[in-house]
Amino acid sequence: MERLRQAQLQWQQLLSSESGRGWYMPPVAIPPKSASGSTDPPVHKIPGKRRTVIARHGPYQSEYHGISKGYQGNSIRTTKYTLISFIPINLFEQFHRAANLYFLFLVVLNWVPVVEAFQKEITMIPLVVVLTVIAFKDALEDYRRYRFDKKINNLVAKVYSGKQQGYVDQRWKDVRVGDFVRLSCNEIIPADMVLLYSSEPDGMCHIETANLDGETNLKQRQVVRGLADQGFEMTPEKFTSRIECESPNNDLSRFRGFMEHSNKMRVGLHNENLLLRSCTIRNTEEVVGIVVYAGHETKSMKNNGGLRYKRSKLERRLNVDVLWSVVLLFVMCLTAAIGHGLWLSGLKDPPFMIPDDTSPVLAGFYMFWTMIIVLQVLIPISLYVSIEIVKLGQIYFIQNDADFYNEWLDSTVQCRALNITEDLGQIQHLFSDKTGTLTENKMVFRRCTIAGVEYPHEDNARRLELYEEQDWDDEALPASLRKPRPRMQSLSCNSATSMNSHTPCDPEPGHQGDPQDTPSPRHAAFSSRMEKEVLPDPLLLLKLNTLSSPELPLLDGGGDASLEITYIVDFFLALAVCNTVVVSVPQQKQHTLQIPDVPRTPLKSLEDLKLLFQRFGIPRFTSISPSGAETSPGGNNPTRFAQRIFSRTSAVPPPSMWMDARGEEPQAAGSRAEQAGGGAEWVEVGPVYEAESPDEAALVHAARAYGCTLRARTSGQLVTELPGIGRLPVPLLHVLPFDSTRKRMSVVVRHPLTGEVVVYTKGADSVIMDLVAPPKGDAQTPEKHRDIRGETQRFLDEYAREGLRTLCIAKKVLEEEEYETWLKHHVFAETSIENREELLMESAQKLETGLTLLGATGIMDRLQEDVPETIEALQQAGIRVWILTGDKQETAVNIACACRLLRHSDRLLTANCSSKEACEVLLADLRAVIHSSRPGPGLEEKAGFTLVIDGQTLDWAVQDGLEEAFLELTQQCRAVICCRSTPLQKSQVVRLVRDRLGVTTLAIGDGANDVSMIQVADVGVGISGQEGMQAVMSSDFAVSRFKHLRKLLLVHGHWCYTRLANMTLYFFYKNVAYVNLLFWYQFYCGFSGATMTNYWVLIFFNLLFTSAPPIIYGILDKDVSADTLLQLPELYQAGQNSQAYLPSMFWFTMLDALYQSLICFFIPYLAYAGSDISVFSFGTPINTSALFIILLHQVIEGHTMTWLHGVVLLGSALFYFAFTLVFSVICVTCNSPANPLGIETRYMSDPVFYCVCALTTLLALLPRVLYRCVRNSLCPSDIVRGSLLDKLGLDERHARIQNWRDGRTHAGPLLTTTVTDPTLTGGHFTVCSANTRSVLS
Amino acid sequence: MMASSYNAKEEDGHLSGTPGPGVVGADTSKKPDNTAFKQQRLPAWQPILTAGTVLPAFFAIGVIFIPIGIGLYVTSNNIREFEIDYTGLEASSPCFNCSQSYSWNNTKPCTCSVSFTLDQAFEGNVFMYYGLSNFYQNHRRYVKSRDDRQLNGDTSALKDPSKECEPYRKNVKPIAPCGAIANSLFNDTLALYISSNGTQIEIPLSKKGIAWWTDKHVKFRNPGGNNSNLAPVFKDTTKPVNWAKPVYELDTDPENNGFINEDFIVWMRTAALPTFRKLYRIIQKKGMTPTLPRGNYTLLITYNYPVHSFEGRKRMILSTISWMGGKNPFLGIAYITVGSVCFFLGVVLFIIHHKYGNRGNSSDIPS
Repeated sequence: MERLRQAQLQWQQLLSSESGRGWYMPPVAIPPKSASGSTDPPVHKIPGKRRTVIARHGPYQSEYHGISKGYQGNSIRTTKYTLISFIPINLFEQFHRAANLYFLFLVVLNWVPVVEAFQKEITMIPLVVVLTVIAFKDALEDYRRYRFDKKINNLVAKVYSGKQQGYVDQRWKDVRVGDFVRLSCNEIIPADMVLLYSSEPDGMCHIETANLDGETNLKQRQVVRGLADQGFEMTPEKFTSRIECESPNNDLSRFRGFMEHSNKMRVGLHNENLLLRSCTIRNTEEVVGIVVYAGHETKSMKNNGGLRYKRSKLERRLNVDVLWSVVLLFVMCLTAAIGHGLWLSGLKDPPFMIPDDTSPVLAGFYMFWTMIIVLQVLIPISLYVSIEIVKLGQIYFIQNDADFYNEWLDSTVQCRALNITEDLGQIQHLFSDKTGTLTENKMVFRRCTIAGVEYPHEDNARRLELYEEQDWDDEALPASLRKPRPRMQSLSCNSATSMNSHTPCDPEPGHQGDPQDTPSPRHAAFSSRMEKEVLPDPLLLLKLNTLSSPELPLLDGGGDASLEITYIVDFFLALAVCNTVVVSVPQQKQHTLQIPDVPRTPLKSLEDLKLLFQRFGIPRFTSISPSGAETSPGGNNPTRFAQRIFSRTSAVPPPSMWMDARGEEPQAAGSRAEQAGGGAEWVEVGPVYEAESPDEAALVHAARAYGCTLRARTSGQLVTELPGIGRLPVPLLHVLPFDSTRKRMSVVVRHPLTGEVVVYTKGADSVIMDLVAPPKGDAQTPEKHRDIRGETQRFLDEYAREGLRTLCIAKKVLEEEEYETWLKHHVFAETSIENREELLMESAQKLETGLTLLGATGIMDRLQEDVPETIEALQQAGIRVWILTGDKQETAVNIACACRLLRHSDRLLTANCSSKEACEVLLADLRAVIHSSRPGPGLEEKAGFTLVIDGQTLDWAVQDGLEEAFLELTQQCRAVICCRSTPLQKSQVVRLVRDRLGVTTLAIGDGANDVSMIQVADVGVGISGQEGMQAVMSSDFAVSRFKHLRKLLLVHGHWCYTRLANMTLYFFYKNVAYVNLLFWYQFYCGFSGATMTNYWVLIFFNLLFTSAPPIIYGILDKDVSADTLLQLPELYQAGQNSQAYLPSMFWFTMLDALYQSLICFFIPYLAYAGSDISVFSFGTPINTSALFIILLHQVIEGHTMTWLHGVVLLGSALFYFAFTLVFSVICVTCNSPANPLGIETRYMSDPVFYCVCALTTLLALLPRVLYRCVRNSLCPSDIVRGSLLDKLGLDERHARIQNWRDGRTHAGPLLTTTVTDPTLTGGHFTVCSANTRSVLS
Repeated sequence: MMASSYNAKEEDGHLSGTPGPGVVGADTSKKPDNTAFKQQRLPAWQPILTAGTVLPAFFAIGVIFIPIGIGLYVTSNNIREFEIDYTGLEASSPCFNCSQSYSWNNTKPCTCSVSFTLDQAFEGNVFMYYGLSNFYQNHRRYVKSRDDRQLNGDTSALKDPSKECEPYRKNVKPIAPCGAIANSLFNDTLALYISSNGTQIEIPLSKKGIAWWTDKHVKFRNPGGNNSNLAPVFKDTTKPVNWAKPVYELDTDPENNGFINEDFIVWMRTAALPTFRKLYRIIQKKGMTPTLPRGNYTLLITYNYPVHSFEGRKRMILSTISWMGGKNPFLGIAYITVGSVCFFLGVVLFIIHHKYGNRGNSSDIPS
């Protein structure tokens, strides 16, 4: 039970308020619409910060304007700019970047006459180009937002108009606070409204929040208390109440306020009364609400956080090197400045000097700045722009990878963060959630224990195995056949008919649909065929059926058996009612369900049953021991018990239950057919359940399999069907919803049979077990209770070992007075305006004590496909995989086993302790254990250690003082499993590892409870699956399956990292190599800052001639093929260790650049020294050689050449030639003093020019080529070996890969042989018991 | 890109359906196209630099470079070049006297003559250069100090030269040609005499064709386009400070006067390096006889140009030329060296390839 939706937002706030690491920018609120009004009030409310809302067209018109002045209208603007403000704001934003400021600085510098190096206009070109490119991108994005805003603003809603005295169509943007809005089914809510009227009889209303959080299940909303009873007819003119509520905030799960009627009576308002903007009304004819927050003040808009900005590891590294470049620039400029000063001081007014009276020192100082302008290119500013472009390209390819396509969801990978693609290639630690991430999060009821008796559900187990293959077939159904994806709204309402004919008295509006309208029913959430069908355990079924057998009264004597039956019935009743499942019934021809009749058709045996329950009501049973096998037939010898039952009931014809259970089959088949798009009609349909969590759905379906069917739900009543009894109304008194601190939920109902007030509680075994207590005033039974509890605990442990998720079911009978007392408190809590949450929590805790344990369930959650393989591959890739889960230890270990995180040879270290001191000792002990068992190399190396730590211990371990020891311990372990961890702990652990070990972390999860961890990790991956969209919304990358991580990391991550690292290095190289040419020239021009290159060419060299190839290589280069990368996960380690971009690589590249520039300058120098060559003619061979060198260097450093690369490389070279040639022909007087007229035409027709260029290019590239091929031949890196494999034929390659891996297993300690144990194939949970040795505290 | 969840929602619409009323989710599948480009499977050439693959290239380079180098070297060697320094800083030098009186505007020209002997005959056209050392014609501010529009015959620029020319822009009247480059025009005159049987015969020096064709005909033009009568055109201008004569008196030939004076044009094309030569005259070959036979020559210098201030040297160079220009053994030697080195490296790589060549492929040798 780790569904923590409610808590999610608090986590988010927690995270955003905490400053964390420098690079984590707290989410920016929506761009301010106007300067005023957008200052968010703090989320923690300050009393007094309230808003008052009164009806716009109500009686207090004059007051309205006074109050509502400060409130925003409902029009939204998410754009950053307007037409007028675009240029100033965009420029302002752009100049916030250091790179652009540098540019600007250069431009300004060039306007200072004494240091002016180039023509003023020329220095502006790079800046203008960069600004234009970025501005264009921004404008395009903003325009998209603008169009979307416009679309949203112009949507139409029915709003009450004072003039027309009725509801008229109005555009969303004209809606104001205090307006009355009427919405019909399937309409989207235009603003946050308090629900005042609903066409449903009890003031209920369902909304779908998919637009908000992606959850497709329906949520109930309720009309403000009291209004529904008054038969409140919506006449806004007479609406005299005023609403006081909190100021706009972004907490989706909380709304507090009260409504004050004209008679000064106050009614509390809470979240259930609020309709949130952008949600959709479902299952409800018509609602009316009063707008309380509009536009940007709505909760959904307040939740629109800005882009999160993470900076990748490579980028941080890059920034360091940019600083080095600055240092280099400084040194070079200083050299030039000093050189110029010295040179000047040795001269006596030569003819080539412009006479001025600056002293050499001052001239040197000026020269420093001139040189900064001349050598500006050394700082690879274009790198930043290029990196952005390259990442966009990389993301394009990731998103277009067909391997990530999930046909079932018709979704592919989503890249939500645009700037951390390369981090995918550097992951060292992976933190994974378990449920829904490793497993499918398709909860299937597997087995249960009731009153200490275990029902193994063997048939069910077999069925699950059987379905395995079929289910995959089912899922592999092509997307084209399933579309359009069926949706709920289509079956649940039909406004055309309902408006006139039907009085919506039927709580199941779905029945009203006319047969003409046959939309395909929705693929209800969490209800795949496998989940819906549960094969009952025959024994349990028999026991349950005795309820309806005529021999029931005979059981009087055998009190234990009767008692057991009450337990069983209570158990199933709890399963059926203790939930928040929304029931809807698919359309059908016969209106078979007539709920209002139910109470009037009691079965004959009902009275008997009541008697039974009263007599054997749990508080009153006498001591019986089911475990006393000899005396009690109902003990732990189920077969004998079954025989007894069978013998007793053999005369009775097989109960109809069997038929019912089987009767589900056609429906299932029907739903299958309907999923295939057939839309076939069927007669008998069961209700469709929509649950908030898959566990709930699984339990309701399980109860249904036993005939305990939840038929309908209204706010005050549930309709259930009990086997042999039929439909029973269960008055629902309260629902105490699930929350993560309590880890349980309860319902308070009036028992349908006894009429007593009963609390059914369902929750995690850890909490329920503590709350279980023998009922008071019953001295004889504690023993029996202890037995049940002990047995249940035993089975729970067994379930957990099997990898099942466990839930305990308990009940409590309340005396009427007791209930009254509690009710008073509870109502107080509900209506209180301040501290409502706290009071409610307290109230719930008060109720959930002294529970009677009924039993427990084991729910199976299958592993996703290919999870073991993926984990194995990731581990081979050198990624440490940690599992962080809220599940119990046994379950977690078991899953870890099943997904091969744990191997047979592994040794398990368990850390459970209760105090910090104990924890400290334990950590030391465990380290000692590891230390002692590492005698040296050999077989022992292969046995990895796996640390299992529980939440409590984790709390101690991550605290100050112990974290070092903890981390040291985890470093020794191959895997770490943290169980029973809270979302906060998850993020703490991730942060600890990330910060302390300085490693790149990836967190993957699917649920709201993983959000914090996803946000903290360097790379957050969300799984878009069963659990809604919250994890996806906060993630950087979203995939649909865990297995996709393999290709995402091993292939795309590797590629992205290698590409970007190579490109970055290349940029540094390129700039240094080119700029140094100018620097060397300074030695021959008296350090005067002269250049031998035409300024245009100089500026364009970086901007145009050599910018495209690195970008193409950055996007398309492929060092090793995807296939090989997948088969040799070891290759991933190159990226992990940043092999492509180590500091040494940087300096090596710098040296090479230095060498190349020396060659590129001095070969032409020597070739032309002493001749009559002119300044700009001299630059021509140098420049041309530099172009060739730089382009060919790219070819050497690149790994692939496709036609695209060829086109770009060739195009760049041709562009250079074309540009310079044309320039030198048409530029007669332009571009003084570097007028190029005639230069290129003259030199490019000179054979010596080509001789020089060829020699220069060759000599410059020779060392690198030589280094590469000697290195590749003598000690090839793994990457090179991998790419060599690509050249082989398929068969040979596979043989080689196999060879390699075998060779590796001897060498590397990290890698072990592939486990080929057939029992360890996916889909099953196998208990690894083999060599696991536990060290328990 | 996805600044608001509104947009994100729209993009993620496939998961939750399109929210708008009446808007049915697009019927297109999100499945990416299975094209070679999108799946990054474009047919590619994967160059992996190993000894084996690079080996042939090295041999090829050796094979190509060495002959080219030999060719270049031989060509360069066949070029006759003679250089004589006439700076005259040494007391023994014939130009010592002239060099001591360094002033731009010598009213009385100082002449000196230097004798030399050519050991070998110069065949074909002989190019006569003057060379300057330590003269930084490439100084940033010097290079800038000109007005191309003025030199192109733009009359407005003639009257109002570019600011870049400061401080040689105006001397009461606008200076034509303005700027430091023009101002520092090389103004020595050289004449060459051959001693034949005791008599000095002047060798005819052609001053045509020493500038680039594009410069002479496109870039440099006299104002008004009329070359014959330049004095009125330049009447509102004044000569550069250091010049003895105004620009329209540089030569008597109207086709070589004013801004299109080729000596002036050559000077205006600033040299790349502080030690440079500039083409001064061409000695056209005549018939089959060597243009400059072996023998004794005298160089008569009108010594005007002061180089003292920057410790410069002045030279006169005579050179025949080939297809590769002037004499420069460097390229030939470099080609031969690089070719040989490549050949040698090829051999080394060959050995590596045969000893370790299959290391990259084999998997049994742990790296």
